[in-house]
Amino acid sequence: MYLVKYSIKRLLMLIPVILGITLVLYFVMSLAPGNPAQQILGANASDEQLAALEMEMGLDQPIIVQYANYILRALRLDFGTSWINGNDVLTTFMSKLPNTLLVALVATLWAIAFGIPMGIYSAVRQYSLFDYGSMVVAMLLFSLPAFWLGILSQILFCVVLRWLPATGIGGWQHLVLPALILGANTLAAMIRMSRTSMLDVLKQDYIRTARAKGASRRGAILKHAVGNSLIPVITQIGISFAGCIGGAVVTETVFTIPGIGAMLINAVKARDIPVVMGSVIFIAIIVGVINLIVDLICAKVDPRIDLAA
Amino acid sequence: MGNQNRQDSLERSTWQLIVFRFSKNRLAMLGVIVLGLMILAILLAPLYMPYDEMIRQNVFNKLHPPSAQHPLGTDELGRDLLARVMYGGRISLFGGIATITIAFVAGCMIGGIAGYFGGKVDTVLMRIIDMLMAIPPVLMAMAILTALGNGLFNLIISLAISQIPRFARVVRSSVLTLRGLEYVDAARCYGCSSFKIILRHILPNGIGPIVVAATLTLGQIILSISSMGFLGLGVAPPTPEWGTIISENKLNLRYCPYLGIAPGICICLVVMAVNFIGDGLRDAFDPKTKN
Amino acid sequence: MAQDIKLNLEEILLDISDLHVQYNTDDATIFALNGFNLQVRRGEKLGLVGETGAGKTTMALSVLRLLPDKIGKVTAGRILYGGDDLLEQTEAYMLGLRGRRISMIFQDPMTSLNPIVAVGDQIMEVLDLHAPYMSRYEKNERVDRILSMVGIPPARKMEFPYQFSGGMKQRIVIAMALIAEPELLLADEPTTALDVTMQAQILDMMSRLKQEFNTSVVLITHDLGVVAEFCDRVAVVYAGKVVEQGAVEQVFARVRNHPYTVGLLNCIPDLESTAARLIPIPGQMADPTRLSPGCAFADRCVHCMDICRRKPPKMYEQDGHWILCHLFKERED
Repeated sequence: MYLVKYSIKRLLMLIPVILGITLVLYFVMSLAPGNPAQQILGANASDEQLAALEMEMGLDQPIIVQYANYILRALRLDFGTSWINGNDVLTTFMSKLPNTLLVALVATLWAIAFGIPMGIYSAVRQYSLFDYGSMVVAMLLFSLPAFWLGILSQILFCVVLRWLPATGIGGWQHLVLPALILGANTLAAMIRMSRTSMLDVLKQDYIRTARAKGASRRGAILKHAVGNSLIPVITQIGISFAGCIGGAVVTETVFTIPGIGAMLINAVKARDIPVVMGSVIFIAIIVGVINLIVDLICAKVDPRIDLAA
Repeated sequence: MGNQNRQDSLERSTWQLIVFRFSKNRLAMLGVIVLGLMILAILLAPLYMPYDEMIRQNVFNKLHPPSAQHPLGTDELGRDLLARVMYGGRISLFGGIATITIAFVAGCMIGGIAGYFGGKVDTVLMRIIDMLMAIPPVLMAMAILTALGNGLFNLIISLAISQIPRFARVVRSSVLTLRGLEYVDAARCYGCSSFKIILRHILPNGIGPIVVAATLTLGQIILSISSMGFLGLGVAPPTPEWGTIISENKLNLRYCPYLGIAPGICICLVVMAVNFIGDGLRDAFDPKTKN
Repeated sequence: MAQDIKLNLEEILLDISDLHVQYNTDDATIFALNGFNLQVRRGEKLGLVGETGAGKTTMALSVLRLLPDKIGKVTAGRILYGGDDLLEQTEAYMLGLRGRRISMIFQDPMTSLNPIVAVGDQIMEVLDLHAPYMSRYEKNERVDRILSMVGIPPARKMEFPYQFSGGMKQRIVIAMALIAEPELLLADEPTTALDVTMQAQILDMMSRLKQEFNTSVVLITHDLGVVAEFCDRVAVVYAGKVVEQGAVEQVFARVRNHPYTVGLLNCIPDLESTAARLIPIPGQMADPTRLSPGCAFADRCVHCMDICRRKPPKMYEQDGHWILCHLFKERED
């Protein structure tokens, strides 16, 4: 029960956050050069047309009123329409979100599935060949630009070898490369994070205590070290997943996936403010929910965290 | 007097020790060398490679594989790739450094103020910081870029703003820990001036995490700038940038892979060098965390 | 008391002789133990006294063969336990020995327990490891019993370490160490991290439990006061060597002592004494990265002679009280 209460409390705490972000963005955008009405109508619109549209969009009113109106409409789930194609922002976003979430989810999952065991094993076998190997892998993946990796793998696997489809969405084959590329950075983060965390835990007194009780090194690691080493890594998973949603901008462009990343890039280039604004709000909510889930998992693993308090 | 001398030697040895530990780190030194050579090659590009070379279009000379005349080949407009990569590096590398400098200064100010004054100021600033952290930095940068409009300068500003919250946090926590440390109090008690306290005690201990964060973020920023360039944000097309070079040669990569290899490797090398330096600095500042 | 010791003379449980241990780090080689000799008899309470860094903990870790991997190394010596040389046993043998026949309590109870495992499970782990044949019910019984013996309500065994105070954590650690009823308990400064009232309680409890299980105890400490109160015999360690060993009465009689022991004894505040101040031992502890050919204490010793710097001292023994010092060798001659 307290979990539900806690979750609701956390979600309610998102409201001021979102209000704050939108307020800042709204003001920054209003300060930006250029007239939105002009932008929508094009260069050869008449002055009357411009004035009419400005009135319609509320641009003639003080900025704080505009902002209040925006928020009031947002409360009724009306986030406005795109300046470019007139589509409803919320509907467009929701139609594209599954594509992005799916890739991000698969990316994060594979990165966790490989990264955490690799990091933990590296720590357990510190200075071994495996350890050096995985550190090199992590360093490489940390430093390789995702778009470059994406294009090269696209050419190799899709054009030359013809193993996988190069672009678009569809079956699982379409998911392989984008998820691999998107998860590469997370994999690196997971390896490094869990290795560092594990090395730290292995130095703890309670590991030595477990050995003094008669546990083998392996037993002490499995029973006492792994759980403790995961605590900071779980927090990292939330950050990484949010990072994957950001990284979708690149992978969706390279692999032409109709997701929110590709949508955002076009909106940013066209300065389509309602779309960008709406997307930022939705993504802030998604990230908030992810962080909540992560914190719930953390509380499950670590008894010291008391959510009821 | 004797005490004064000992103080000086202590202070010198703290910094010397950091330099010594750093110089003993082979990967970090490799990073320094690679980055140094890269910077040198990019800065000195005008000496061995005229700017015209980069923009001169020559359709008869297009898509040449690497040769003596064009060590990295030419693109579909017949422009020398080596020249483009070298001039492009200016934007990728120095854009990154500019970004990190802005974020560093702003982050130090905000974090320093929050940590030093504490109380309400701290609460308000940290609330704002937490708020901004709710969005992935890439998206934050893109949202700001939408407001400011496309362009290299605006891209740098946007990326810098998106990194400020993280810096402010690191700085604040450094200031907070140091403010409460016993040796700072002790130094104050035996009559050290504020300046000396900052120079001898706070700086070597507090600057560490901040410099390390800055270095490690620099790598990610360089990646971000080229990613944005690849996506068509930031740099306008005729100007070269490592990301845009890859982007403009995208369609020819199938048959002329050399067009994409060189700029990609440049990005990777620079980022890796910066990361090695960052790791080395971390270990040098705080040997306890060294694994 | 002296008679008890005589009776137990044959029953030497742990016999460490000429043990050399070194730590090899990137920067230096640290000679932690340099010819360490120690005998522990069955059922006795032995106090192991010395400054921080003298090698007390290293000795305990060497017995359990838990020296830090790749860094700590035994270079010479023997550790006889119940007749077997522990240094020659297999790892499987050691797994059966640790926690079952020899237990160890570490210095800091705050960090000795796994923060995310319930304390009852951590105690029961010992039984899981050493008594797999026991039923779950029986194990639970045993855990409850040992918990009430150390003064923790068994109902609290589902709780986690952070829910207990420092003193209670140490009780839990002691419960963990004693549940398998070991023959030997190595207690490494078990009360240093606790406040004084708690110290007395814990020592008192250990005494009772020791009696109950007939366990030998090696109490590692730097507090001679604790030794005088709690122990039957005492061994004084300096720079990786036991420099004096004897019954508490013999050592505290202050008739014949190693100069270092004299220094330690002078550091105990004595309420009845008229002396205005304590007498500190001059100088600093011997550098463990450099070995001196003679007596390691020579530089700090008020009685230092020529020979002290050249030759290691020989053992001087009287009624089971022995001292490693040239001073007494001279007198004997």
